Amino acid sequence: MQWETVIGLEVHAQLSTKAKIFSGAPTLYGAEPNTQACGIDIALPGVLPVLNIGAVERAIKFGLAVGAAINSPSIFARKNYFYPDLPKGYQISQYEIPIVQGGSVTIQIGDKAKIVRLTRAHLEEDAGKSLHEDFHGMSGIDLNRAGTPLLEIVSEPDMRSSAEAVAYAKSLHALVQWVEICDGNMQEGSFRCDANVSVRPYGTDKLGTRCEIKNLNSFRFLEKAIEYEVKRQIEILEDGGRIIQETRLYDANEDETRTMRSKEDAHDYRYFPDPDLLPLVISPELIEQIKQQLPELPEAKRIRYQGDYALSDYDAAVLTTSKAVSDYFEVMVQSLPDQPKLCANWIMGELIGKLNKENSEILNCSIKPEQLSRLLQRIIDGTISGKAAKIVFESMWQGEHAGDVDRIIAAKGLIQVSNQGEIEKLIDAVLEANLQQVNDYKNGKEKAFNSLVGQVMKASKGKANPMQVNTILREKLKG
Amino acid sequence: MLGQSLKYLSAQLNDKKISSVELTTEYLNRIRSLNAKLNAFITINEALSLEQARMADQLIAAGNASPLTGIPIAQKDIFCTKGWLTTCGSKMLANFTAPYNATVIERFNQIGAVNIGKTNMDEFAMGSSNETSFFGPVKNPWDIHAVPGGSSGGSACAVAAGMAPAATGTDTGGSIRQPAALCGISGIKPTYGLVSRFGMIAFASSLDQGGPMAKSAEDLALMLNVMVGFDERDSTSLQREIEDYRRDLEKPLAGLRIGLPKEYFDQGLNDEVAHAVTQAIEEYQKLGASVIEVSLPNAGLSIPVYYVIAPAEASSNLSRFDGVRYGYRAKQYVNLDDMYKKTRTQGFGQEVKRRILIGTYVLSHGYYDAYYIKAQKLRRLIANDFTDVFKRCDVLMGPTTPTVAFDLGEKSDDPIQMYLSDIYTSSVNLAGLPGMSIPIGFGKKGRPIGLQIIGNYFKEAQMLNVAHQYQKVTDWHLQVPIK
Amino acid sequence: MKILLTDVYRIADLARIEIQTDEAEAVLGQLSNIFNLIEQMQTVDTAAIEPMSHAQEMKLRLRQDVVSEFDQHELFQSIAPQVETGLYLVPKVIE
Repeated sequence: MQWETVIGLEVHAQLSTKAKIFSGAPTLYGAEPNTQACGIDIALPGVLPVLNIGAVERAIKFGLAVGAAINSPSIFARKNYFYPDLPKGYQISQYEIPIVQGGSVTIQIGDKAKIVRLTRAHLEEDAGKSLHEDFHGMSGIDLNRAGTPLLEIVSEPDMRSSAEAVAYAKSLHALVQWVEICDGNMQEGSFRCDANVSVRPYGTDKLGTRCEIKNLNSFRFLEKAIEYEVKRQIEILEDGGRIIQETRLYDANEDETRTMRSKEDAHDYRYFPDPDLLPLVISPELIEQIKQQLPELPEAKRIRYQGDYALSDYDAAVLTTSKAVSDYFEVMVQSLPDQPKLCANWIMGELIGKLNKENSEILNCSIKPEQLSRLLQRIIDGTISGKAAKIVFESMWQGEHAGDVDRIIAAKGLIQVSNQGEIEKLIDAVLEANLQQVNDYKNGKEKAFNSLVGQVMKASKGKANPMQVNTILREKLKG
Repeated sequence: MLGQSLKYLSAQLNDKKISSVELTTEYLNRIRSLNAKLNAFITINEALSLEQARMADQLIAAGNASPLTGIPIAQKDIFCTKGWLTTCGSKMLANFTAPYNATVIERFNQIGAVNIGKTNMDEFAMGSSNETSFFGPVKNPWDIHAVPGGSSGGSACAVAAGMAPAATGTDTGGSIRQPAALCGISGIKPTYGLVSRFGMIAFASSLDQGGPMAKSAEDLALMLNVMVGFDERDSTSLQREIEDYRRDLEKPLAGLRIGLPKEYFDQGLNDEVAHAVTQAIEEYQKLGASVIEVSLPNAGLSIPVYYVIAPAEASSNLSRFDGVRYGYRAKQYVNLDDMYKKTRTQGFGQEVKRRILIGTYVLSHGYYDAYYIKAQKLRRLIANDFTDVFKRCDVLMGPTTPTVAFDLGEKSDDPIQMYLSDIYTSSVNLAGLPGMSIPIGFGKKGRPIGLQIIGNYFKEAQMLNVAHQYQKVTDWHLQVPIK
Repeated sequence: MKILLTDVYRIADLARIEIQTDEAEAVLGQLSNIFNLIEQMQTVDTAAIEPMSHAQEMKLRLRQDVVSEFDQHELFQSIAPQVETGLYLVPKVIE
């Protein structure tokens, strides 16, 4: 039988507020245990929550960016369960009426675009952390993260492969950073994915029984976990078995998913409206104000790049995969307004290639867009050849001469030879030494011309201006 | 000085007739001589109280006194008080020294009042007799075989027995008014949202409201002036103009329209209570008020509705008591889940566990709509009934409780009978309205009877006026059980 | 709706409260009485009524995104049952 994979994702994005969602404690990562957990975060008897407007504004911003409806009022509810990293014995979340309803995200699979619909996004508080290192056979509880604002973004089961799931997750990851509501740091847990995975026979409409996979803290794990899980489910079904709806944990070391023991019994969370928090009413003025702050979104930019800069759809798409890349491009184009294609080629070729190879991010890149523009300027004005520019780029990457383009060119002696006399001298020497090829050319063999150009360039150690070499050589061979 | 009004004590302090240290010492001595018998206080801390008294004397000497500066106030042990044991009447918190102050405590501290001690209460404020306290029952000072009412029974007893001139209480279904009635003192539960709940250990968050207990309406006004105020740390705290609750005390009552809800005078009402209430109403008519019969058709459902909503909220509010960060932790357990269960089973008393189970049930999958949502809809009907009757009258009057104080142990094995003690009070919490109780006489065995006065939202000043005018022409509020 | 012994065990488990076998019937009896009382609610038709969650019809007030709390973990942990190197200790958590 042919099987179809059906995937929906739940993403928890930590919102980049200074203070926690219901208290005035700081949200900084990496502090000493429990030093950022105030009385409200550790749920002292008698304390009460007061909602942080920063979290609300970021949720609205996200909603506007994905074209969703902003519910007003939305309602905070308590999700009741016992767990040591959940100090109140309930999590404040949104249940029946979330702040963000609907919306969609467009993903790119090869050269095809696909729309993934969102069900909702709601505000909630994060839990603390259980540390399992051995404390005399006990676990240690750090509540610093308790109360950090989260936006849980729930998609419809619209994805049909692990590749689509990863593309969606990446696209969402880029978007939350694009609109500056989340720092996107996956190592620190700022952006976490859970995947709901099921399979069904091709051509059927009914959804299969799904499993929820937790703990997917990288795109690679997301991909591998889904692939493992799909294989597992298909094997069970083909053996005539049944899938049990459950929560599973991805174990990266074993590259497998396994049942989460703490979630074995089906939970009865006893959701009910939190009596400590009144309905969250959002004024049209606030929505309007946030709309004004919203940056130009990737989709709009992508269309604009094709119009303003005559870039291909593919180039425009690559340049708008993240805010950082598009910002880089726009800074370059500002100083090279006539050369958008050249800028795009260098970013997409040399720069991103190098970043990928070194597993680095454009934000941390040592070559600033102003420096790369200067390098391209030197190609355009004929100071160096494109080939030499690559040498300069490598040197800039290594941080030589503080990345100063002109000093590197000078130090490496890469200034292009454009002096007519010097080039003529070089050509004359090459022609003299290669009479056979000169004859071949005169007998109509165009290939011999390219060979001669190559010899001249070699003799100049790559510094001769290739356009000039071309022109002068043709003239000389005519004669 | 014992048994004197707050106004009198305040004048004595300001005229330097007595110092706060002397006054505090006098009350501490009184507590020391009576507490073994009455069990009104869980914690006394003479050093901390006297320290506050010394600071109060400095404030007074510097001319920075406000009406309650230097006056000893008993604090219900539900208010977190920094550096003080704050037990909420439970084994769960028997070792809990609060690391912060409730807003109510903070407001008393700011004006230099003296905390004279933390009063006994039903465990987590769940009870109507003070018998659910881990620290043993409080005795009614009028008759030590009788209960003082609950849950603010310790506060009511302390004021009635002259161990404190005034006290704080909290009222979720009648916990200020009912013990005030059974102990022969005055008490008011303000409109929901006027007194901050921050630091007040939560029972049922949408119903809980702090308020004062004292001898007279005039004293309640002075206490409310301190307790009421906007608090940004409580999302349900109301932002309103500051009021002086004394402002209308002396207004004549001519033209006052009193509504008598017929449902409050049905067959459940004991004769001696009915008689006293009737007499009090007659007194009001003499003062120029008119009386009309009104109806609150859904009032009869307030107990079922209350016993869905309050336990539901409580079951969730009490989940934080898990033995991890503070309070009691069981000594022996085999794993995490066992630690939770043993801690909670040993740390909570029977009534608290019963309400947690009720609340868990009504919120659980499959029962939520039939119980919780149904109760919330009926809550609205109950609130709407009040809105309707307040179109035709200024205040409602009726009994605070169906009977006078019952005997210790009489109802402790029958939860339903116990729950019915709140039959006239809990609808006020469901609606969020202000309600008060004032003493209006005694039953045959010498146990006090209270009149309940219910006002419209934010009509506390008017209710205090209504109570004060009655207290000017009667002396029930001046009676004392123990000389 | 009639509450059953299995319900008692189920909700006790959800609430992390132990019910001994020999007390379960008594607990069931008490809860049944209370639910008989609660059952009176079903006599009123509430189909068209909006549920009321709060005593006041108000909208939520928000706080500014400002850090206003400082580290007090030593004070807070001075009253904790078991702590080590700043962590609250609990019996091993199994995921």
